[in-house]
Amino acid sequence: MRRNRRLTRSRAKWLAPIACAVALPIAAVSASGAVNWSNVTSAKAGGGFAALVKAAKAEGTLNLIADPLNWANYGEIISSFSKKYGIKVNDVNKLGTSQQEITALQTLGSQSRAPDAVDVGQSYALNNASLFAPYKVQTWNLIPAANKAANGTWANDYGGYVSIGCNTSIVKVCPTSFADLTNPAYKNDVALDDPPTTANSAFSGVWAAALANGGSFDNITPGITFFQKLHQIGNFVETPGLAGAITAGQTPIVIDWDYNNAATAVANKGKFKWTTAVPTDASFAAFYAQALSAKAPHPAAARLWLEYLYSATGQNLWLKGLSRPVELPAMIKNGTVNKTYLKALPAVAKPAKYPSLAQVTAAEAVVAQQWASSQS
Amino acid sequence: MTILVLAAVFFLGPQVSALRYSFVQSNGENGLGNYTQLFHDSALGSSLVTSLEIAALTTVIMLALMLPTVVWVRLRLPRLAVVVESISVLPIVIPPIVMAAGLATLQSHASAQISSVIFTSPLTALTPFYVILAMPFAFRSLDVGVRAIDLRTLVDAARNLGAGWTTLLLRVILPNVRTAILTAASLTVALVLAEVVISETLLYDTYPVELVNTGQNLVGVAVALSVLSLAVTWLLLYMVSFIGNRDASRARIGRLL
Amino acid sequence: MGVAPFAVYVALFLGGPLYEVIYGAVTTTRGSLTWFNFSQTFHQPYVGAFEESLKLALLTSLIGGVFGLWLACAVVTAGPRSPLRRIVGSGAGVLAYFAGVPLAFAFIAALGRYGEATKLLQDIGINLNAGSFTISSLTGIFLCYVYFQVPLMVLLIIPALEGLRPEWHEAATGLGASTFGYIRHVAAPVLAPALIGAVLLLFGNAFAAYATAYALVGSSVNLVPGWIQQLISGNVLVDENGIGLALGVEMIVVIAIVMVGYAALQRRATRWLQ
Repeated sequence: MRRNRRLTRSRAKWLAPIACAVALPIAAVSASGAVNWSNVTSAKAGGGFAALVKAAKAEGTLNLIADPLNWANYGEIISSFSKKYGIKVNDVNKLGTSQQEITALQTLGSQSRAPDAVDVGQSYALNNASLFAPYKVQTWNLIPAANKAANGTWANDYGGYVSIGCNTSIVKVCPTSFADLTNPAYKNDVALDDPPTTANSAFSGVWAAALANGGSFDNITPGITFFQKLHQIGNFVETPGLAGAITAGQTPIVIDWDYNNAATAVANKGKFKWTTAVPTDASFAAFYAQALSAKAPHPAAARLWLEYLYSATGQNLWLKGLSRPVELPAMIKNGTVNKTYLKALPAVAKPAKYPSLAQVTAAEAVVAQQWASSQS
Repeated sequence: MTILVLAAVFFLGPQVSALRYSFVQSNGENGLGNYTQLFHDSALGSSLVTSLEIAALTTVIMLALMLPTVVWVRLRLPRLAVVVESISVLPIVIPPIVMAAGLATLQSHASAQISSVIFTSPLTALTPFYVILAMPFAFRSLDVGVRAIDLRTLVDAARNLGAGWTTLLLRVILPNVRTAILTAASLTVALVLAEVVISETLLYDTYPVELVNTGQNLVGVAVALSVLSLAVTWLLLYMVSFIGNRDASRARIGRLL
Repeated sequence: MGVAPFAVYVALFLGGPLYEVIYGAVTTTRGSLTWFNFSQTFHQPYVGAFEESLKLALLTSLIGGVFGLWLACAVVTAGPRSPLRRIVGSGAGVLAYFAGVPLAFAFIAALGRYGEATKLLQDIGINLNAGSFTISSLTGIFLCYVYFQVPLMVLLIIPALEGLRPEWHEAATGLGASTFGYIRHVAAPVLAPALIGAVLLLFGNAFAAYATAYALVGSSVNLVPGWIQQLISGNVLVDENGIGLALGVEMIVVIAIVMVGYAALQRRATRWLQ
């Protein structure tokens, strides 16, 4: 697998500009005059936004994958897109991982049920750029340079901070930092949302714990040691902090992305109050990346989807889900941000920096090897 | 009897405990809103229709495959019975995750034409393998049913009257093993409506998969529907057990003759 | 031959995936033969996973077998047309398939920190939360597995119990045997193959399960099918798919041994229950 990654990255570098250069003339000289949207790299190149909408409506369907409806408000984003353009959206395998999305692109190819666009973790986007089609949305310039591929094969869409969620009916004083979690008052309270060996959110939680305990982007071991300590003093609950366990009170404190903890608060509104706090001793954030499949069975719909996500409407819907949309700085500056949603974002003690791909890969290997034994 | 009380507490207890979550709606009030969610949620509804279609097709193929085989084995090759039964039991013990792994690899190796024919729709992709999964209990049910009737006598009598194999199967044997067939069918439906591992691995959103998805967001709805499916299937199997009475008496008369 | 369609169908749809598993386990991604995948499985954490899986399967199949037999006996003595027989019989068919996330949740709802049963026990003075008991542990997994093992046992053993002819009991008591004598010299030997066969199936069933364990304790419990799931929907390690398939082949080998035992026992069982 590592062998394939290196190969794809170098191929992507020279393939993308050539594809861009070739796309325009091809788009222009199609036999019947109709545009082949698979090769279009921007709305303008395809004949304008109205033409894109028309072509997308003609396709009528959009295949998405692994977008849970309560993840960063995806449910509302999908249904509003579908209603606005009359396009049916198939969102399969809602609980899938980033790896499963990439595998689906590889195995399903151009089958009619193959995904049109994917939303994957940063490292997956960087490693698999050859599977994506370059496309620059109309608001491309509002995306900071560090959050997109120069050739348009992927761009960050939204992100969040590792946070501590808390059931105020069960926990009298909610923890606000990783150091707090070791308090014996939290016996049998603390959980991750999933095992860190499979879930990006939990893996990031471990890394955040590492940062709070003397670790760094090159050293995730203090995080594993921290959770081992929690396990030994009896504060850690092995049950994954997912919806059922949270509602039943089995996991009153859950470490997860801030937008997921926000969704938990909404889901349990009538039963108890669930608060979200970004730990004061560690700011760990990550963005997810949106990319188009190069073999998308519905290329125009896929591109329209991207346009929608990066429009002010789409970005504000992500903000409503309490995630941080990538265009947030630009939107605050030009006033298109929804101020009500903005105010609800959890406060962050210090802004985050991001690990490199090499650091992520190394840390993942360490967790894979040491997690199970640290919890026994 | 101690065991009956223990069983009642142990098996009904968790269901009843989970049940109270189903009465708390997403708006926080108590009510039956979670139960009617099936009609409002289009993804849930359409996945249920898909799963029921798969269940129906699986049952038909399973019966068409297993009943003649069971009859043939009992009639002509009784010594092969143990071999056939052992093979039919394999799917219980071959871990579904291993089968799913093999299927995933199969799908990625399949040519584009095969893929577009078989793997596009869950109906064609999942059904053949669900038949395999249903084999163990189907075989046992049908076998018990076929052994309870006087097969030899019925077959000889029908053949003497000039019946061909199809008539024999459909009009002579089938009516006499109705309970067995209905039991096998009900168990097959229960299996299809509960199978999650293979459909998730192959990226199909069948009803049980949708149920798990819903559970990640709307806990009350997931519990309500799971309890509902349990109750409906239980009722189905219970009613099937009454049809057995008539079959049994007919079989006894057959023996007297 | 009448069994030809059956044989062809099984070869195609069961054999196909199995072939892919075996092929993938012994080849590299480029197609050359390799021992790498199997050699990896002989190290930790996979060895530990096999131990855990085997222990759990053995324990739950024995306990499930004992309680399932007990329940089946109580039900069969009530008679084939009794409401009890009908209710338990149909219930077993349904509960044998009840596993995974719904089962885990039901037990959390019952015996979790704020579970119904936990609260009831607290009312009568037994505080589960005060001790070291938690449903989020191996104990919890054990209870959940028993929840579907017992119904499976009931399903499997009732036909055998109903195959015990009443004439045998009459004959035995006529010759002066007590009920215990009847059980020891007539019923037990006749039932033994079916019993052991059923327990073997229970073993295989538990060995293959993991969704429930996953929902209850995440991946802190080391189980082989859980590892297979992680490796084939891959994430972290190099060449993980092949290792997952190698683990799959090893699981099949364990099961094959179980099946050979099952077939041998069934041969003996059919002699008496014909």
